[in-house]
Amino acid sequence: MKMKPLWALPLLYSASALSQERSLNLTKGVTEVSRDVYDLHMTIFYICCVIGVVVFGLMFYSMIRHRKSRGREPAKFHENVKVEILWTLIPFLILVGMAIPATSTLIAMEDTSDADVTIQVTGSQWKWHYKYFDREVEFFSRLATQQQQIDNKFDKSENYLREVDNPLVLPTGQKVRFLVTSDDVIHSWWVPDFAVKKDANPGFINEAWTRIDEPGIYRGQCAELCGKDHGFMPIVVIAKTPEDYAKWIDETEAKQIAEQKRQQELLDMEMSMDELMAMGEKIYNSTCAACHQPNGQGISGTFPALAGSPIASKPENIDKHIDIVLHGVQGSAMQAFAQQLTMQELASVITYERNAWGNDTGEMVQAADINAAMNK
Amino acid sequence: MSTVVDDHNHEAHHDHKPSGITRWLFTTNHKDIGSMYLWFSLIMFFVGGAMAMVIRAELFQPGLQLVEPQFFNQMTTVHGLVMIFGAVMPAFTGLANWMVPMMIGAPDMALPRMNNWSFWILPFAFVILLSSLFMEGGGPDFGWTFYAPLSTTYSNDSTALFVFAVHIMGISSIMGAINVIVTIFNMRAPGMTYMKMPLFVWTWLITAFLLIAVMPVLAGAVTMVLTDKYFGTSFFNAAGGGDPVMFQHIFWFFGHPEVYIMILPSFGIISAIIPTFSRKKLFGYSSMVYATASIAILSFLVWAHHMFTTGMPVFAELFFMYCTMLIAVPTGVKVFNWVATMWRGAISFEVPMLFALAFVILFTIGGFSGVMLAMTPVDFQYHDTYFVVAHFHYVLVTGAIFSVMAASYYWLPKWTGHMYDTTLARLHFWCSLISVNVLFFPMHFAGLAGMPRRIPDYAVQFADINQITSIGGFAFGLSQLIFLWLVIKCARGGEKAAAKPWDGAEGLEWTVPSPAPYHTFETPPKVE
Repeated sequence: MKMKPLWALPLLYSASALSQERSLNLTKGVTEVSRDVYDLHMTIFYICCVIGVVVFGLMFYSMIRHRKSRGREPAKFHENVKVEILWTLIPFLILVGMAIPATSTLIAMEDTSDADVTIQVTGSQWKWHYKYFDREVEFFSRLATQQQQIDNKFDKSENYLREVDNPLVLPTGQKVRFLVTSDDVIHSWWVPDFAVKKDANPGFINEAWTRIDEPGIYRGQCAELCGKDHGFMPIVVIAKTPEDYAKWIDETEAKQIAEQKRQQELLDMEMSMDELMAMGEKIYNSTCAACHQPNGQGISGTFPALAGSPIASKPENIDKHIDIVLHGVQGSAMQAFAQQLTMQELASVITYERNAWGNDTGEMVQAADINAAMNK
Repeated sequence: MSTVVDDHNHEAHHDHKPSGITRWLFTTNHKDIGSMYLWFSLIMFFVGGAMAMVIRAELFQPGLQLVEPQFFNQMTTVHGLVMIFGAVMPAFTGLANWMVPMMIGAPDMALPRMNNWSFWILPFAFVILLSSLFMEGGGPDFGWTFYAPLSTTYSNDSTALFVFAVHIMGISSIMGAINVIVTIFNMRAPGMTYMKMPLFVWTWLITAFLLIAVMPVLAGAVTMVLTDKYFGTSFFNAAGGGDPVMFQHIFWFFGHPEVYIMILPSFGIISAIIPTFSRKKLFGYSSMVYATASIAILSFLVWAHHMFTTGMPVFAELFFMYCTMLIAVPTGVKVFNWVATMWRGAISFEVPMLFALAFVILFTIGGFSGVMLAMTPVDFQYHDTYFVVAHFHYVLVTGAIFSVMAASYYWLPKWTGHMYDTTLARLHFWCSLISVNVLFFPMHFAGLAGMPRRIPDYAVQFADINQITSIGGFAFGLSQLIFLWLVIKCARGGEKAAAKPWDGAEGLEWTVPSPAPYHTFETPPKVE
């Protein structure tokens, strides 16, 4: 990553944009449904073009031929029942013709029965969480683009804003059902290549499905305004053949179970202040700084400051502090992080918050304290 | 007693009015109030436009350059609110105030004091809304559609100001609508039967009923947002037994008729201008009236087409898809009628006609993308992308705004008594026409290629399209300064306009001198 002077940036952008494969039309996609949708899109588009050519053609003909400057005398007619009935009926019939394929595609899209794999998709400000049903696999998926690229300090990578740390992995050729919901505001899970866009409504579960034909990497974005970082919660899906998928899910499951065991063992281990602060800063910047800001000042009127706040800087409030981070604040944007971070990460980030930006309490929180708070 | 009567007559027969600011503060004259509405709308058009410039400047390149994401969201939100409630709706109310009494041969609006009030609360609503941008935490940033719970639990402290501002705008609109209805029902000149009324009067009558029906629904929605946020209710919170999707149902039950509130008066304007400059009677007058009425009725049955991705039952999706597609039929009838009006006419291309013709073509393009959006399976792909942004800007900018421009060029000589600078007007038209298409047409492609709306930063493959769009945006914004200059110039002086400056024009408004005297039709005219 090298720094470029600011004036060179426009050149860089256009160069990188040109190298991209660009499309000006709807994604055809990699599922039967997405191809049906594409065909429907093209059909309506062509029908509109034909109507447009006819109507605008007549209009321009009239504008050219029926001009006052050509000495025309205006005709006197101002109604014609037959013509009026005709141009009410013909559009109606065209619309009926459009509605038939649309209806059958729609009914197919909404049939989520007999799924082979079920995945719960949960949106929250501003990341996605995926949970594989019947398997011990679940993880968060966050934007992987560096902040420096967004701030124009580094060159923009090929998949700028469309890359995540943990992509969703799906099998090809199998019917995958998504159960879509949200932890906070409304999000919308959208992958154009599957023609799947479903709102994630807090407190309700929506269903959608797909059957991917080809292995590959498919990218999408949150499609419903969900607050400050709405533009920064992409979706990446890696489709693998059923064999590769089976291998991946077994490995991931084993890894996640092992990690849980390791966490339990780590409970007895004490971390030093430096270790806690270093880990805490990293977690804080990736998880908390979007709202509370890297300097702990928050955004007044929206996200409270942590620097100098009584909760994060007064020794008597340490239990309250842990409680808020673990369980969130009801009726506010503060999420519950108990399931999102490991106990070690929780301990370190709370330690960091209590010692950074002049909150010099000198207190350390260890994984065991978190464990105790969780089991309370 | 007789002296009192004499005084009264003296006042009534001369343009007696207070001078200075009190004339405008206390006026009950429909022409003064109409002018104030129109000036207010023009100011708001530039305020909302300035916000659009901020949006387009930020989107000129990928990456964050000028503004923070949170401020970007405030810009998109307030741009929408200002343009809808501050620019388009007051422009139509202003036109109604000026033209409806003159078109039906009435001396003034039926409820002149309420008329004064319905205008004068508007500036306060917008001062409240705009001042919230300067508060700690900023102004509303949840989109003009203010979906819960983003606008309730997760919104910033200025939400109450947003709610009260919308309440005041709603009260103003309802009062304006009542006034239009009462005027049209009671104050038509003898012989001015319903089926003789100009289409602008008809479309505004139907619009006024839509306003009365749906503005209270909006008031209900914002009130529920207010109590959810500040008083612990749970209308839209699942944890308390509510439902966030219910918000969208309520909002769009207001929101879809609102779309027609912003386009039906345009249909009336275009139906006045095209016959004038084709020198031929409007084709299918009665079918125009019926088409307008059926669009208004259908507008109450299609709201959930904004919500296809919220997870509705398939039966509901089909119902709303069919009803939405049905709207294309009466809308098509209107376009065909306009083309048939031009057919074998004697057409000339004065500036109002140029804008009217651009309206017909570009509004129809917006209609085509509307039909595409109506198809539920494909809407899943289009929804919440720039394709939608392109669609509604085609119907609102090249639709509603172009019709207001057309109306201004059509009636400015009547309002000011001066003919405007037509060279400047043509320059304004061509600059606007070209730049507006450079601005909004590429947005279709951005949306199809997968760019979501309301994002401050985007993937690099959208860079070129956004750059073109932004250039079009700046050019369109600058072009409107020509209009401002032209209107000021025309108001201050110019070539004297005749009572009927357009040879093909028909209607009572052309029977009075230009500028229209302060009081017109004190004795009702006789309509044949």
